[in-house]
Amino acid sequence: MSAPEPFQAIVVGGGLVGSAIAWGLAREGLRCVLLDEGDIAFRASRGNFGLVWAQSKGQGAPHYQRWTRYSANAWPELARELADAVGADVGLHQPGGVHLCLSDKEMADRSDRMAQMAREAGNSLPFHYRMIEATELREMLPALGPTVVGASFTPYDGHVDPLRLLHALHRAFTGAGGVYVPNAKVERSDAAPRDFRVMAAGRVFEAPRVVLAAGLGNAALAPEFGLSAPVRPQQGQVLVTERVAPIFTMPTTSVRQTMQGSLLLGDSVAEVGYDISQKPAVMAEIAKRAVLSFPFIARLNMVRAWSALRIMPKDGVAIYDQSEKYPGAFTANCHSGVTLAGAHARLLAPMIAAGQLDGMLDPFSARRFDVRDAA
Amino acid sequence: MYATRPEARPATVEVSVDGVAVMVPVGASAAAAVLLAGAAAIRETAVSGAPRLPYCMMGVCFDCLAEVDGAPNVQACMVTVAAGMRIARQAGARDALLGEAPR
Repeated sequence: MSAPEPFQAIVVGGGLVGSAIAWGLAREGLRCVLLDEGDIAFRASRGNFGLVWAQSKGQGAPHYQRWTRYSANAWPELARELADAVGADVGLHQPGGVHLCLSDKEMADRSDRMAQMAREAGNSLPFHYRMIEATELREMLPALGPTVVGASFTPYDGHVDPLRLLHALHRAFTGAGGVYVPNAKVERSDAAPRDFRVMAAGRVFEAPRVVLAAGLGNAALAPEFGLSAPVRPQQGQVLVTERVAPIFTMPTTSVRQTMQGSLLLGDSVAEVGYDISQKPAVMAEIAKRAVLSFPFIARLNMVRAWSALRIMPKDGVAIYDQSEKYPGAFTANCHSGVTLAGAHARLLAPMIAAGQLDGMLDPFSARRFDVRDAA
Repeated sequence: MYATRPEARPATVEVSVDGVAVMVPVGASAAAAVLLAGAAAIRETAVSGAPRLPYCMMGVCFDCLAEVDGAPNVQACMVTVAAGMRIARQAGARDALLGEAPR
């Protein structure tokens, strides 16, 4: 092993969560190293759908709704900053978004869900939404299928090019003086309060802060730092069509058009463990729903498909923590690396730099699970 | 998986490439017809509009996308010629709603 390399912060995980935080720390003036495991990792950041999505997040968890809204609100500034810092166009388009309902029951359920979100939002950051009937919806989205009953709409939603985002965050991080180390799976670590040592890629890194943002890898890493990160893999699959001329004015939960013209079809959920094989039955269901939503999709060529694993906390709500045993060690765990990039770079990173998570993040602590297990 | 490469054969099938008649052998691909016709390009890319010609000839690179008998974005290298086939330039991204009933 080589001589220890001192930093002010070590971030473990080079995906969207880790690189947004790392860039945020570098922006705060911290000398920061970003350890990226390598292509053996599951790399949710390279398989995601690319939505900046607030309307479905935080039902029953008002703090999560608010945090998501803060992030959606921070997104335009994040995109502007990345453009200024590295000339990147991450393709942010945030005109609001719709969740399509294909039956009266879906419409009624969605309406209940939106009403609950609005009730839970409180007065400081009200949740504005509309349930839109098919007639009006047909004016908003072309070629809607006859089975579409309506949709929910919130004005906060949008989408980006997630690969451009990941690339831009990496470039902005290194441009701000950060040190990026690829193929750096954590081999060993020694934790003490505000005094951490991490061995990776044959090198030794030392810092008073460490941030665990290793996605599914956090589950095993966190206990080494006196933390807990109960996350599990949840599979989602995506189908990609050939590129077509611009057609949609806004994204939907399950169909969106990329800035290059492809349609992405997705929104599947499967609990299959660490399995990234594609399942014809799931692909068929995605395709069927897409064609019911927009019948013209049946005539398009499919050119690609993949599956990826969401990082799903036990209760679906993000987990943020600072270690009580080893202050200076933090975790960030969520399945919304794109949506939450604004909050991670602009809100969470400054807290970590200052050494203290804001009280608004208290309900995100993994200690919530201990309470429930004990009860 | 692989077909045996045929012996040189006479060009006996007439197709059109961007309106220009060209004779090709039986069993040739539409992409081969494009190359035989000497076209400057068979598609413009969907994002930047860059001109492209058939490249890999084995269904991988998608640079031979063309309108074949009116069907857009067909991989010309994966289609066998037929007499009278119309192979036309794919000009950028296709219009997905072409042929939809007007709203």
